[in-house]
Amino acid sequence: MNTIVCVKQVLDPEIPPAKFKIDPGTKQVIPPPGVPPVISVFDERAVEAACRLKDKHKGKITVISMGSAKAVDVIKHAISMGADDGYVLQDPAFENLDSFGTAYVLGKAIQKIGNYDLILCGRYSADWGAGQVGSILAEILSIPVVTFACDIQAVNKNLRIKRIMKDGYEVVEAPMPSLITVSGEIGLPRLPGGMGLMLARKKQIPIWKAQDIGADPSPLDKANAHIEVTSLSLPTRKTECEFVTGNTPGEAAVNLAQKLVRLM
Amino acid sequence: MANHKGILVCGEIAQGKLAPITIELLGVGRKLANELGEDQSVLLMGSQAGGLGQEAIAYGADKVYVAGEGLLDDYNSDAYTQVAADLCRKELPSIVLLGHTDVGCDLAPRLNGRLGGGLSMDCVALSIDPSTKLLVSTRPVFGGNAQATMMSRSARPQMATLRLKTVPPAERNESLQGQVIPVDSKIDPSAIKVKVVERIKEEVEGVKLEDAEVVVAGGRGMGSAQNWEMIKELARVLNGAVGATRPPCDEGWAPVSLQIGQSGKVINPKLYIAVALSGAMSHISGCLGSKCIVAINKDKEANIFNVAHFGIVGDYKEVLPALTAKLKELKLK
Ligand SMILES: Cc1cc2nc3c(=O)[nH]c(=O)nc-3n(C[C@H](O)[C@H](O)[C@H](O)COP(=O)(O)OP(=O)(O)OC[C@H]3O[C@@H](n4cnc5c(N)ncnc54)[C@H](O)[C@@H]3O)c2cc1C
Ligand SMILES: Nc1ncnc2c1ncn2[C@@H]1O[C@H](COP(=O)(O)O)[C@@H](O)[C@H]1O
Repeated sequence: MNTIVCVKQVLDPEIPPAKFKIDPGTKQVIPPPGVPPVISVFDERAVEAACRLKDKHKGKITVISMGSAKAVDVIKHAISMGADDGYVLQDPAFENLDSFGTAYVLGKAIQKIGNYDLILCGRYSADWGAGQVGSILAEILSIPVVTFACDIQAVNKNLRIKRIMKDGYEVVEAPMPSLITVSGEIGLPRLPGGMGLMLARKKQIPIWKAQDIGADPSPLDKANAHIEVTSLSLPTRKTECEFVTGNTPGEAAVNLAQKLVRLM
Repeated sequence: MANHKGILVCGEIAQGKLAPITIELLGVGRKLANELGEDQSVLLMGSQAGGLGQEAIAYGADKVYVAGEGLLDDYNSDAYTQVAADLCRKELPSIVLLGHTDVGCDLAPRLNGRLGGGLSMDCVALSIDPSTKLLVSTRPVFGGNAQATMMSRSARPQMATLRLKTVPPAERNESLQGQVIPVDSKIDPSAIKVKVVERIKEEVEGVKLEDAEVVVAGGRGMGSAQNWEMIKELARVLNGAVGATRPPCDEGWAPVSLQIGQSGKVINPKLYIAVALSGAMSHISGCLGSKCIVAINKDKEANIFNVAHFGIVGDYKEVLPALTAKLKELKLK
């Protein structure tokens, strides 16, 4: 079973909110110095889902990431978890693309790789969180899409997917190949082992440019963007926290209880 | 592009009635339509759709498109996408609005992928830009650390999913007039590639998280499934529901259905008690609508204190037992 996983490199979403800075002029986020970017959360869980399928059914996992040359790091992370191959898609023409542009580039790379039974994406990316690249990609590739998977099984040449819903879940069956977007509830990603880390270190990660994947200029032209960010701002919050104290933690708790009862 | 006109709401039906999110969408859609001087229509699917036409008109739809096939009673991604895409290609709405619900989160990006529009997901505000007359969608980005506005200059339709309970519902007005138009939805069975095998509703014990007036939530700092019992105990005393950040769900201390935040549930209780959780924005964005937030955390720099109304800086192991006991005593009186 051959799986392609689309992984994005993002600003570490766990930096404390106080360190989060933006430039409203360029509508970009200013990464704090010394904090390395990471693999987007749901994409790492998508790699985990691919590894679980590989554990059971063998086959090959290929990981692709569109971004800067540094995206090699997220590919290597996926390889250390159990992926086999990876490609970075990097070209000045790929910078600041909207979801359609991104899906177009990913689609071109996937067509070049070929021979896949399954494509995995995250349900949304941890930075801009457009929440749509997977579905657009499936439309481009004309394959079925199943969103928000929390479990994926391969059963008799079909895929059986548990989809997380607000008040429960749904089980659906899809043919191969299909595209599946993975949700956090699939569970924690595995930690890379020593062997995986060694393989990742040694692995050469090719970088593909627009011409390597046969990407046309027109879908990458900013003038053809489907949507654009027109402003970026920090949310304004103004809550004054009243700290409740006491001589002991227990006394503080009692004082808090009295305040709360008055509210209810 | 000039041919695209009007607003189309993709409606949802729940327990035989218009879903609350659909009534909220009809409210905000009406405002946008008035500003543009255009019509608002709504698409309803399934065998109950026909019976709700007048209802949708009373809530502000000028036209109700009814795709009444029984095949559409339950959500099926392939079938719904096909019906909605066919309607959009025929009627050419300029704006298409959906709820940020199980249905909308799946349908909106597919529909957009098929139509080539411009979509913003999980919006908290929608308006019309006065000079360009374009839809302006406001949405949290970077896990809620920032907010962006988005616009589609040329792609049509302009699409958005709206977060629940961010706008007031439309007011019902029996005297409003409108048209109910059946749509001839010829669903091609061969186009239904993904089949639903089963749907499981998970019943939670006690009060439902989304409806609860009091929610007690714990975070990673609780440290173990055993200590998690203290969260449950406080919730019980307050007749509230239990919530969690992501780590307790990942660790299995709490069921995944209790995760609150951007990738979990969005709640608006009267009282939210946050214990041993740091207050990451992607968690906070799920509970910012709470009337009163109370935080218990041993780190006084924790971000949760920036959004809390009351706080105790301390170890929950020392604070919670006393808090629970005192509240029990005060409530008994
Ligand atoms: C794309 C994306 C989506 C996400 N979606 C969600 C989501 O929907 N919901 C969600 O919750 N998270 C979500 N997250 C994760 C989120 O960013 C945080 O990682 C998570 O909320 C942290 O959980 P926490 O506060 O419980 O843990 P931590 O951040 O580790 O905080 C633990 C806190 O406990 C305190 N503590 C420890 N011991 C004690 C003690 N004995 N007494 C008192 N206090 C103590 C510590 O001081 C600390 O502040 C998402 C992340 C990403 C990137
Ligand atoms: N630059 C990228 N490189 C690789 N995959 C991406 C990229 N951008 C988005 N994706 C994939 O699409 C998913 C959804 O992203 P988005 O629609 O941007 O929220 C992500 O979780 C990834 O799997």
